[in-house]
Amino acid sequence: MRRTAMLVAAGALTVSGCAQGSGGGTAEPLSSDDFAETATAEGPLTVMGFGTADDEIAQQRLQRAEEALGDTEVQLIEGELDMQQFLSSVASGDVPGIINADRAQIGTLASRGAVMPLTECLSQRGVDTSVFVESALAQVTFDGQVYGIPEFNTVQLTMANQELLDEAGLTVEDVNGSSWEDVTAATEQLFVEEGGRIEVIGYDSKLPEFLPLWVHANGGSMISDDGRTATLDSPEVVEALEWAVSIYDLQGGFGDVKAAREIPDFFGDTNQFATGVLGAMPMEQWYVNVLNEVSADAPMAFDTVYSRQGEPIAFANGAAWAIPVGSANPAAACTFATTMVETESWMAAAEARATAREEAGLQFTGLLTGNQEADRQIQDELVQPSGEENWDHAVEVLYAANDNTVAFPANPADAEFKQAWQDAVNRVLNGQQEPQEAMSQAQEEAQEALDERWAAWDEEQDG
Amino acid sequence: MAVGTGRAVPPSAAEEDPVAPPGRARRRRSRPESVRRGDLRPALLFLSPWIVGFLVFTAWPVGYTFYLSLTDYDVINDPSFVGLDNYRAVAQDDDARRAMANTIFYTAFQVPLYVVVSLGLAMLLNQAGRASGFFRTVFFLPNMTPPVATGVLLLFLFNGQNGLVNDVLGWVGIDGPNWTSDPTWVKPGLILMSLLSVGGSVIILLAALRNVPEELYDAARVDGAGFLRRTWSVTVPMISGSLLFVFIVNTIAALQSFTEAYTAFFGVGNTTYSNEAAEFYVIHVFRQAFEFLQMGYASALAWVLFVVIMGITAVQLYVSKRLVFYQGDQ
Repeated sequence: MRRTAMLVAAGALTVSGCAQGSGGGTAEPLSSDDFAETATAEGPLTVMGFGTADDEIAQQRLQRAEEALGDTEVQLIEGELDMQQFLSSVASGDVPGIINADRAQIGTLASRGAVMPLTECLSQRGVDTSVFVESALAQVTFDGQVYGIPEFNTVQLTMANQELLDEAGLTVEDVNGSSWEDVTAATEQLFVEEGGRIEVIGYDSKLPEFLPLWVHANGGSMISDDGRTATLDSPEVVEALEWAVSIYDLQGGFGDVKAAREIPDFFGDTNQFATGVLGAMPMEQWYVNVLNEVSADAPMAFDTVYSRQGEPIAFANGAAWAIPVGSANPAAACTFATTMVETESWMAAAEARATAREEAGLQFTGLLTGNQEADRQIQDELVQPSGEENWDHAVEVLYAANDNTVAFPANPADAEFKQAWQDAVNRVLNGQQEPQEAMSQAQEEAQEALDERWAAWDEEQDG
Repeated sequence: MAVGTGRAVPPSAAEEDPVAPPGRARRRRSRPESVRRGDLRPALLFLSPWIVGFLVFTAWPVGYTFYLSLTDYDVINDPSFVGLDNYRAVAQDDDARRAMANTIFYTAFQVPLYVVVSLGLAMLLNQAGRASGFFRTVFFLPNMTPPVATGVLLLFLFNGQNGLVNDVLGWVGIDGPNWTSDPTWVKPGLILMSLLSVGGSVIILLAALRNVPEELYDAARVDGAGFLRRTWSVTVPMISGSLLFVFIVNTIAALQSFTEAYTAFFGVGNTTYSNEAAEFYVIHVFRQAFEFLQMGYASALAWVLFVVIMGITAVQLYVSKRLVFYQGDQ
């Protein structure tokens, strides 16, 4: 009997042991042949973190990429890239052919040897990297090497309810951020409270997520250009946080504003602008499309966000294609990614979107691709005035913001850096710390993580 | 009425058969053992799917996690042995201490409240007659709700401006707090929200209540015991085994709380806003593993929690020996 039990246990251990996989980061070094178009494809190309459901932008580009790949079958693992799923696939040795990741994650993945440098891939496919939005390319360039191919660009615009502004005798210029004093004054004028309940949020400074925007507007930065030194306790950062929090304090505190802003149907026709319960806020440009679709009659006013020096600004992010180390088919992955982001693919996708919108009686509100050449062509050739001044202006300022973006540089501790500053902002919002104290703690935590990860990277490079 | 004395004492051979001579008793005891020995092989054969499943999907991962806890492992690169460094780091991790304190607070208040509410509802159902089946279903329905949905629901029900909970409090003149952002009220909100899922415990306790002999209540009534006295002296002792089960299982579940709090304060409900007051220990483990790629360290954190749960459960079982009555012990 004991022998039987031993056999059962040994069998179980053997089976489970087989599932360990070899992990990433241990693949053979790349050669230029790995990306050659003549490289032998090994089975289908699995794409993780990308879907096409009801999205002509994705469908059109995927179609072109599949044509470029010829006989190589493309298998999509749809939905946003789930890091848990990706890491599981790496641990089990079943690495996807290519992933579509948040650009902010590229530095971390690159530093741990999870994704390949793509300099050779871009070179062999003749991709001119200068077509990419500069801040987007910087986000995927780690220690001098490009590890991701950018696609899409997300920027912020000032969005406001024109009727509420008119009633208060204000204009969108009063809430576009060019003067923080004006925004503060407008917040007080627009804010309405009755019986302890917020009826109208005057202005939402969108913390914690938009702190980097306000820091940039204040002429500061949260991390050095080389991604090695956090500057979270600099005067510009602390001042920006103090001001953004003061906007909430004017309206009863962050807790009340957060509770009030969670109620409206953000994506529906009873959104906060259509129902007149929000004066103004900065928001990503994709929301223009949502508003235009669900509440085209809402009294909207748009502008870029301005720095305190009066310059249009935006803090950009987006996606990027990256090829995991251990990908069975790097050449096909390279072809796939470069085809997905080439100007012709974006134009085909934008034409399909413009046609679909026209057929639905809706305005085509532009597309920010991360490819400047494509952006310009789309704006020049496909964006048509609708005759609705506010929506046409929205598209204009959207492209203006796209021309004035900054982003965090790639670094090996992005998740820890982000958690440090976001936790600090949240401690302030939750009333647990003052801005200076919170950002000093964040600086310590972020720098410790950056030092540790950069040291590991430098040691690996020296070794 | 031998209730509430609790301690399980194995019956002696003589107690098994008071009229049998000692030698006979020994033979009768050994026979079933030999029968069991003969049945062992087929029994194991029938159990083998579970045994293999347990070894492959539970025992092996648990053991492997212990190995990982002794390594520096980011999932992408091979693990490298670091001895007890991860455990030393856990001891110095302020965030882990805060997360554990959050978890202990939550458990200390949630579990007793959960058991009391479960028992109260079970006692009501026990009196409900024909309507009992309908209400059983109603109480159990929230258990069918995905925890992620419960987390999102929390943000709406406990909304400080327009949530149903504060509306109800407003009817009695109470100005409700900001449950979803005020650190003082975040955990009480989560505790109250967890009561949505009492249905499972209610069913277990209801089954136990239905096994309490009616004669005991009759005897107590004859002795002049009122409702509270009957509940305390008859009901609670007679279902103490089930109460212990519910208490232990919910303690373990509370110590492993994750989904609702993560959804409401760290995941889909909030991509950037979070609240340290809601960071339970397992959330801390998850973030270390999958956000910061510190799988070795996360494994050490998980083992610390395992030891804590084992310790708390052992204490509960030890204390229960004096308090729990098993009918089979009579």
